[in-house]
Amino acid sequence: MNIPNTILAMLVGILLTLVSLWYGQNHGLLPVAASDEAAQVDGLFNTMMTVATGLFIIVQGTLVIAAIRFRKRKGDNTDGPPVHGNVPLEILWTALPAVVVAWISIYSFEVYNAMGGFDPMAAGDSHAAHMSASSKMRGAAIAAPLPAADAENPPASAPSPNNLIAVGVGASPANRGQNADVSVNVTGLQYAWIFNYPDSNVSSGELHLPAGKEAQLNISAMDVLHAIWIPELRLKQDAIPGRTVELRFTPRRVGEYPLRCAELCGSYHGSMATKLIVQTPEDYASWLQSQQVASNPSLEKAVAVNPGNLSDSDFLAPYTTEMGMNPETLHQIHHTHH
Amino acid sequence: MTQAELQATANTPTHSPEPGQRKWWEYFTFNTDHKVIGIQYLVTGFFFYLIGGVLASAMRTELATPAPDFVTPELYNGIMTLHGTIMIFMWIIPAGAGFANFLIPLMIGARDMAFPRLNAVAFWIVPPAGILLLTSFFVKPPEAGWTSYPPLSETASKAGEFIWILSVLLFGTASILGAINFLITILKMRIPSMGFNQMPLFCWAMLATSGLILIGTPVLAGALILLAFDIVAGTAFFNPTGGGDPIVYQHMFWFYSHPAVYIMVLPFFGVASEVIPVHSRKPIFGYRAIAYSSLAISFLGLIVWAHHMFTSGTPAWLRMFFMIATMVIAVPTGIKVFSWLATMWGGKIRLNSTMLFAMGFISTFVVGGLTGVMVASVPFDLHVHDTYFVVAHLHYVLFGGSVFGIYAAIYHWFPKMTGRMLNEPWGIVHFVLTYVGFNLTFLPMHELGLLGMPRRVAMYDPQFAHINLICTIGSYLLAVSTIPFLVNAIWSWVAGPKAGDNPWQALTLEWMTTSPPAIENFEILPVLDIGPYDYGMGDRSTEVDVPFSEAKEPVLSAGPSSVLRADPDPSVAVNPSDRQPEE
Repeated sequence: MNIPNTILAMLVGILLTLVSLWYGQNHGLLPVAASDEAAQVDGLFNTMMTVATGLFIIVQGTLVIAAIRFRKRKGDNTDGPPVHGNVPLEILWTALPAVVVAWISIYSFEVYNAMGGFDPMAAGDSHAAHMSASSKMRGAAIAAPLPAADAENPPASAPSPNNLIAVGVGASPANRGQNADVSVNVTGLQYAWIFNYPDSNVSSGELHLPAGKEAQLNISAMDVLHAIWIPELRLKQDAIPGRTVELRFTPRRVGEYPLRCAELCGSYHGSMATKLIVQTPEDYASWLQSQQVASNPSLEKAVAVNPGNLSDSDFLAPYTTEMGMNPETLHQIHHTHH
Repeated sequence: MTQAELQATANTPTHSPEPGQRKWWEYFTFNTDHKVIGIQYLVTGFFFYLIGGVLASAMRTELATPAPDFVTPELYNGIMTLHGTIMIFMWIIPAGAGFANFLIPLMIGARDMAFPRLNAVAFWIVPPAGILLLTSFFVKPPEAGWTSYPPLSETASKAGEFIWILSVLLFGTASILGAINFLITILKMRIPSMGFNQMPLFCWAMLATSGLILIGTPVLAGALILLAFDIVAGTAFFNPTGGGDPIVYQHMFWFYSHPAVYIMVLPFFGVASEVIPVHSRKPIFGYRAIAYSSLAISFLGLIVWAHHMFTSGTPAWLRMFFMIATMVIAVPTGIKVFSWLATMWGGKIRLNSTMLFAMGFISTFVVGGLTGVMVASVPFDLHVHDTYFVVAHLHYVLFGGSVFGIYAAIYHWFPKMTGRMLNEPWGIVHFVLTYVGFNLTFLPMHELGLLGMPRRVAMYDPQFAHINLICTIGSYLLAVSTIPFLVNAIWSWVAGPKAGDNPWQALTLEWMTTSPPAIENFEILPVLDIGPYDYGMGDRSTEVDVPFSEAKEPVLSAGPSSVLRADPDPSVAVNPSDRQPEE
């Protein structure tokens, strides 16, 4: 064929660009995006995928073409042309990647800012004042987030001194300076997640959140490192014993999403998984209410386990019922005794 | 006269009459010959590679189905930890040290390393360290991964963890001793006619690698000793219940272990720069750019460690710094890749096993490099950190990069090391099986990570079952691919056809001596008649009135490094007025 080399190169370049652009948008490799920020991360990934596809084709294509076109022919024992280098070409392939990575860096910076990565409350510049205390009690029984304790520690109280604040992802620029709509204390332990809603004293093994409301997770760990990962939100944050880390985001899409531990935490690390359930605000409110009814008696029980606060008969009640005695008999015994 | 004949003719006086054959048992002794030590490193490393490979196959068997049905989850974590540790510390790094030991003195025209006894000590630390690590199977193997993050590493299987720490400390010591040796040898023992810019690129790569080892390894040792105190003596350096900080360990660990990636891959960048010009019959494209980019990668590699910690509470501005520094590494790495491609372009490529593995190295390493830029981006890394995307990325760098590089190097230098040729058709079978098996195993893992499968799990969500099964099938293919190599290597070592001095018509100095090289390499100091990559400079038909070889004084013969060139080297110039006093 008699196509001049420059035109051929241009055609190949255009085709390469089109293929890369198409694949960057249509790779279909990611799960659904359940928040606006997740969609932005996907946009960033698609851009990087476009660049990567182009470079991948260039390198693999060069290898294949070189292997075919420049393979040694039988009987030819001469050397190739003595080309030692080409300064303009070398400047080009130094400058071009530099520009591309600078551009990707700026793009990543923008996305990270939009996600809330630079929120000073979460970025370690000031001590996060809106941490609630209950998630930080090291070694405390998780089943006992006392109702009174949270009433005494309103969100503005100073963090306790032994409590290091680690850095997560904070409020997006629009929400900066405001408290999140829903605050959840998250505790990781081998091998489960406990979600405690301090405003309503509900504890749950699944994370329920209202769609369209900004949520704030205050993440900590009881024993070893864990990491909370919600793939559909493109968010991950390590849970570190002795620290509380903030993660703020706004789920948009109603649905059930897996929530997994992503940091090796022991033998059953792979089974440490639960669900994020994003509900409409109405469904969320009714779920919260049903949980309050369901869990408050059990919470009082959790508190009542402290034997010092119980009367003798209350303390003995569980055992005596097991033994087939009724409280009246017990009373009689007590009275005859004294 | 071809280029290789020119170089050989100039070095005729250095050529010893017969090859230095060693007895088999000498390889089991405390021998100070750098060639023996190089082969000792390689064979020991390959032995541990097979063990690490068996462990990998066990892991993939477990992961073929979602339920933990092949081994217990505890044992899975132990296997996973030892697989990582063995492949890194007992295979790839020793293999790099093995080639460096064998090649550096030969390439720079020295008779041995600068400190031969230290060299032997460094090697003989490795096998006990490896056996020690394996003995942890008799107690309870370490279960905290090769990263050994506290507090998990301080609570799960303490005895195994302590053995792991001892073993890695021993290995680190060996690595530091080796690096000192490489550095001094390269800096001080080159032949007079070889300046820095005539040095083979493998030596440049080892210069960069050795610097990284010397700076990074002591910090790892510090972290591991503190961790050992936490486990054995009950201190609380990293234990939060005693007021310690687990994040400090992560910083110290990655300060070594990120550079460790470059410690593992830079030597094989060097190998690619040696192998590709020889088998493309063309000079290396952009010698200085490749040489200096090794140093740039080495420096940048030291200031990017916290990109492994984007999710562990690193301050926002530091995350941005580490993101940008990491992305910048793409520039020198890109220079190397493009330069290798340009070297091949227009050459006369011999598609033998060596070249196929070198091309496979570029092909797979590039994927690891591209995903490396992706995971450097903080917002995207928050999604894929600690997932199978990272598992895929790191294997594309360390298997697709380092192990393909190791195989290219073995096929290339096997004739020099043993004096015999490897079987070519079986080499090609080995390459095809490895390339297909590797991509089948690791390419689908990218998708697993993006979809939501975390790494280091013994059981997983059934939605990932199909892709995992593909990975497992690929891993069996990969396991099978070592068999043709193993048979080929053992058979060829014993009964392969004789190689001759220079079967590839290469120009670097190791090909100017016998195969295997004489006991002390060269009779007298060799000389670079022409540069190490001066292929295709013509047949020198033009008459020039300088001797191309001078038997008595090789330094007086022609060539780019000769004292007869326009700008003589002041340290060896013949004319007294050109000699500068050394200060």
